[in-house]
Amino acid sequence: MMLSTNANAKLFNAESFELKNGLQVVVIPNHRAPVITHMLWYKVGGADEPKGKSGITHFLEHLMFKGTKQYPDGTFSNTVRKIGGNDNAFTAHDYTAYYQNIPKEHLRLVMKMEADRMRGLILSRQDILSERDVIIEERRQRIDNRPQAQFQEQLRKALYVKHPYGTPVVGWNDEIKILNQSDALNSYNKWYYPNNAILVVSGDITKDELKSLARRTYGQIKASRKPITRHRPTIKTLKSEKRMSMSDERIGQPALIKMYLAPRGNGALDIATHILGGDATSRLYKKLVIEDKLAISVNISYDPVKLNYSSVTIYAMPTPNTSLDKLETALNLEIKAILKQGFTQEELDQIKTKKDAEMNYYLDSLQSPAMLFGRHLASGFNIEYIENMNTRLKKISLKQVNSTAKHIFANKNNPPVVGFLTHKEKK
Amino acid sequence: MIKNIVAALLILVSASCAQTQKEVKILNVEEIASNVWLAADGSAPVISINFSFDGGLLFDPSDKPGVGRLVSILLDEGAGEFNSQEFQKELSNNSIGMSFSAGRDAFYGEIKTLTKNKDKAFELLNLALTQPHFNEDAITRMKNANIADIKDSLGNPKWLAARSFNGMLFKGHPYELPGYGHLKSMRTITRRDLMEFRYKQFTKEALKISIAGDISKAEALVAVRNIFSTLPMHSNPINVSNTPLQHKGKTILLEVDTPQTFISVANQGINRKDPDWHAATIMNYILGGGSFKARLMEEIRKKRGLTYGVYSSINSMKHANLIRADLSTSNEKAAEALKVLKTEWQKMADKGVSAEELKDAKSYLTGSLLLGLTSTSAIASTLNSLQQNDLGYNYINKRNDKIKAVKLEDIQRVAKRLLKADELTIVMAGKPENIFVDIKLDKPPMMED
Repeated sequence: MMLSTNANAKLFNAESFELKNGLQVVVIPNHRAPVITHMLWYKVGGADEPKGKSGITHFLEHLMFKGTKQYPDGTFSNTVRKIGGNDNAFTAHDYTAYYQNIPKEHLRLVMKMEADRMRGLILSRQDILSERDVIIEERRQRIDNRPQAQFQEQLRKALYVKHPYGTPVVGWNDEIKILNQSDALNSYNKWYYPNNAILVVSGDITKDELKSLARRTYGQIKASRKPITRHRPTIKTLKSEKRMSMSDERIGQPALIKMYLAPRGNGALDIATHILGGDATSRLYKKLVIEDKLAISVNISYDPVKLNYSSVTIYAMPTPNTSLDKLETALNLEIKAILKQGFTQEELDQIKTKKDAEMNYYLDSLQSPAMLFGRHLASGFNIEYIENMNTRLKKISLKQVNSTAKHIFANKNNPPVVGFLTHKEKK
Repeated sequence: MIKNIVAALLILVSASCAQTQKEVKILNVEEIASNVWLAADGSAPVISINFSFDGGLLFDPSDKPGVGRLVSILLDEGAGEFNSQEFQKELSNNSIGMSFSAGRDAFYGEIKTLTKNKDKAFELLNLALTQPHFNEDAITRMKNANIADIKDSLGNPKWLAARSFNGMLFKGHPYELPGYGHLKSMRTITRRDLMEFRYKQFTKEALKISIAGDISKAEALVAVRNIFSTLPMHSNPINVSNTPLQHKGKTILLEVDTPQTFISVANQGINRKDPDWHAATIMNYILGGGSFKARLMEEIRKKRGLTYGVYSSINSMKHANLIRADLSTSNEKAAEALKVLKTEWQKMADKGVSAEELKDAKSYLTGSLLLGLTSTSAIASTLNSLQQNDLGYNYINKRNDKIKAVKLEDIQRVAKRLLKADELTIVMAGKPENIFVDIKLDKPPMMED
């Protein structure tokens, strides 16, 4: 079980194979309980949409639950429920994924149904209209009810400018209101093929069992006639810092947000952001929250798993009598001081030990490894990359971490987008 | 001994097994000491302990809500020989997850650790419970963090609806108080209040413990002794009576300038020990318990596109019971959504459910039991909530039989008893159009500046 202590051992013992029609299949065995997580990932996300059609990928994800000739009118989800399973789906900038958690004996049925809706979707006009209202309500619930969420959307737009990572996955309001049946079918017919999908199955199953099931289900679907590729514009760094602010009665707690563009898949940056602002023991927390009492919280996030490029976000909230300007000055000074001084070998070693140990928590879960593999594979990373995560981690040097941090946070060619959220008193 | 350590936790529920009607064991749970349950399983090098002390927010002084909340976020801010930063470092460097929360009827704690760090984890938990510092610096820091949460919530329509709901339905009962406290209580709560809460709350008599994962019975007993044995024995009386729901049949609005209205409705619910509780659970599943096919979801979301999600649930607490439904919808659609909801509510009371609906609900509720038990922490937390509800350690293995035994007429009876559309208390936050309002709130209840 303690495989991760051996630098050369694989973490998950995942195995993979490809069907003749191009479907990539990954199995992550876990025989703890007779249950399975079945996930189908399509290599299409919110960042792959035609101009003016923002939100169509997410809209299509909703419509995929409507029905096919063989399983009409919501039969898919109803069947999953009847067998004691759960199902749902989600859309991100780089992928769309459908998943079911089920007792193992029903895997074949679920694979049959998921394969069936890959090419068999039927959409009625009424389905389109009512479901479009649903996604408009979803957008209102998630974003438009909270000025903070609308502001985040604006910040991302400012950071990514013309790259579609700056477009919200749920879509802009004026564009989702007019999405129609042919928009949905165009997206479906362009992307939903076995050669543009990845099947990830985690749980009580072996590679051989899965192979035979996959051939009989997904294996029956034809690949697209032409190869499917994604075209994304290159990311352009900003020419200058951008400062934006929002003040609203509904914003109770002020906040300072700084966003920087950052490369994807960068282990050194992952470590640097953890030491700087990962938790309540981080450098910035210690200085700004504990010692100087200027902030009630400060946090840095970086998601390395992106297809094109990523970003680093610093989120800090001031103490009651501290202005955002004062907090920003202190934050900038402290980052500058830390970068000048550099991180220590001890800090690096601690993070390495910790990250290594935490991989064991993945082994205690059914869905987390499936998520990990699906996210990486749909974002252009391969299985070796995941299995060797710890080996790579161990090789990262202090010099790399220090220079990467400087490259992101102290680089005049990488200016940030800075956001100020403040409370406005009622008139 | 060896058997205990590596005993497979989850016994295969194979099709052949189900057909021969043998007893199907979902989990191997044993009671290893009074109120201490163990589900040992060595398949991952992880241990979880979830525990609860009866009381929770019921020990908050009525003029100072938020004491329990502050205690819950201060226990890991310095304890024993470690100051706040040192304590946090010990947790972080050893990959130990430790958290506490003050609930309506109990104070909850959980710790999750890798097997190799268990001794450190248990030592830290013991220190947090028995020797927390509560120093003034940390108190100010955590109060400020909590104030930020409160201020943020005051601009969140979903929270405002929930606050109005609890404040109005439980009016005059301790359940009406805001768990996070309010701006005034954050100024008036002192270190002494926190210490008093701690002494009252952390006693052995009030304690229930569930342990899961890579640990033997003998090790678990030692762990329990090392963590909890120095706590005082006798628990403190909780002088709280049961409360029926207030404002029956009234429509209550907190006006908020936001594109959607959040709506929560409730009827009097059902006690966890009531013989019809399992029938009520099935009924709730069919009405709006999470499935896309549920009646509320079908009528309000799928057919009419009025909401992103609508869910019903049964809240059975120690001193009050609810059956409720919650949704959000555009202000101009609120009246229609509410109308459809009431129609479905009444329809189920009048006509019950179909044989097919019952069959499907049973097969979901019994089949999915295992899916909620796929990680060590999920197992420990499920067991602790069973303890909290005074259900026996073997309940989890009997539960599916109880579900299977429910008949159509049981559902019909419980639906008639619980679902009363005309008596629904309706609480809204937003700017709904064309809805008659009985009570207009000018601020969220029980919040003081």
